[in-house]
Amino acid sequence: MLYAILCYASEDVVCSWSKEQDDEVMAKILDVQDKYAKAGRLGPVARLLPTTAATTLRKVKGEAVVLDGPFAETKEQFLGFYTLECKDLDEAVEFARELSEVNPSGGSYEIRPVSVFNPTKVAV
Amino acid sequence: MTELAWISTAISNARPQAMGALLRYFRDLDAAEEAFQDACLRALKNWPKNGPPRDPAAWLIFVGRNSGIDAVRKRAKQAPMPEEDQVSDLEDAESDMAERLDGAHYRDDILRLLFICCHPDLPATQQIAVALRIVSGLTVKQIARAFLVGESAMEQRITRAKARIADAGVPFETPGAVERSERLAAVAAMVYLIFNEGYSSNGGEARARAPLCEEAIRLARLLLRLFQQEPEIMGLTALLLLQHARAPARFDENGEIVLLEDQDRSLWSRKMIDEGLALVDKALRHRKPGPYQVQAAIAALHARAATAEDTDWTEIDLLYGLLEQMQPSPVVTLNRAVAVSKVRGPEAALAMIEPLEERLSGYFHFFGLKGGLLMQLGRNEEARVAFDRAIALANTAAEAAHIRMHIDRLIKESAEKSSLQKTR
Repeated sequence: MLYAILCYASEDVVCSWSKEQDDEVMAKILDVQDKYAKAGRLGPVARLLPTTAATTLRKVKGEAVVLDGPFAETKEQFLGFYTLECKDLDEAVEFARELSEVNPSGGSYEIRPVSVFNPTKVAV
Repeated sequence: MTELAWISTAISNARPQAMGALLRYFRDLDAAEEAFQDACLRALKNWPKNGPPRDPAAWLIFVGRNSGIDAVRKRAKQAPMPEEDQVSDLEDAESDMAERLDGAHYRDDILRLLFICCHPDLPATQQIAVALRIVSGLTVKQIARAFLVGESAMEQRITRAKARIADAGVPFETPGAVERSERLAAVAAMVYLIFNEGYSSNGGEARARAPLCEEAIRLARLLLRLFQQEPEIMGLTALLLLQHARAPARFDENGEIVLLEDQDRSLWSRKMIDEGLALVDKALRHRKPGPYQVQAAIAALHARAATAEDTDWTEIDLLYGLLEQMQPSPVVTLNRAVAVSKVRGPEAALAMIEPLEERLSGYFHFFGLKGGLLMQLGRNEEARVAFDRAIALANTAAEAAHIRMHIDRLIKESAEKSSLQKTR
């Protein structure tokens, strides 16, 4: 089963890390990812820009309206995601636990089984 | 990151909201600051033991308000000091704390907190210093270092500014729509000043003053979070991000200025540029242009150019033209002349800036540009005169060194010319 591991944390906190602090956290997170990538289990990973850069398109009375900002104003924001092949939920929880151990931002990981997966490659 | 580092990040992030709410409760800056300090001390004691609260700002407001009320009572010598357990047992209180806090107020709270720092009687540097102290929570020492003055001088400056704010009285009524947008404009201008204070420094000072740029970006993002639909706040945030993205390339290892066209663009921060460009895109969709958006759009054109030669100077010329209409100023025209020199040549640019000479007679960049244009036209004698004026007006050693380089070139050229004439 393919799982999506969705990261939520306070972007105020994450955005106020200095470059050194950010690099340090990212290096540790990459170590965790590497282990799973080498085992051929890690799918696409993304880190998102802050929600201030977000735009939301919402259907209001059948009409698409473009709004500034994220889908919802929350205390913690959706900051990025991982995809990981796991044989069961326990494995997915273990991955999230390893991530949370190296991530000092507090925050939460939502673990969601993937239904449709289309990893079309784009040039970035 | 250590636990202490985590706590101090959480506190500094919660600070604007918590201070804003405490100011609303106590209607007095000193009382609010005292209450906040007290709440922070309790947080340092409590959080490592009980774990961080889900909502640090709510926790600090709740605890700060209680301790502030205690302080008032104590001063009035009415009731004895309440027991520590009244405030230390917060586990249960925390869940309904959010209820007690009037969430709808927090935008105006933070805006008010920033706005009182922009009092028009205060000179710009005092506005900035007081905002950095009260809103950002930088220590007096940190601020003094950023302003390159002594700690006691800065302490005095901040105390005086705060007294002035207290005299003026804090506006507590909930602002109407017009007032809110006026406040927002004043606050945006102050954030821009904070950034400029950090940005317009030379290589040696850049490191000491970089925190000002970072703090300005943090405040701009905060404003944008509060006012998500304001294209000018998007523009402001984008402008600061796009400018600051170039910081690693602006000075060489000797602290000398590296001009935009000579910068190593691979050193620019891609992440900040991406965020800045995304915000420019968002702002443009509103079709409500303003000065910050136009300046951000200009910065975006520089950021989008892979090399200096790829810069779209025609578009930059147009944008400066638009900015001139919105905010007529000789400095804007001077900047436009740089674009004009690239599009229509140095002669056209020189014609454009010559009428500005009287008003910009004390401005380093005027004579720097004038000298450069004259040099391009081969009018070396006149260029030399302009460069001499520029050196006399240089604000930093790096600026002076940069002009000296041009003068040296002129001297060398004229020496070569005269030796050529002798041999003839």
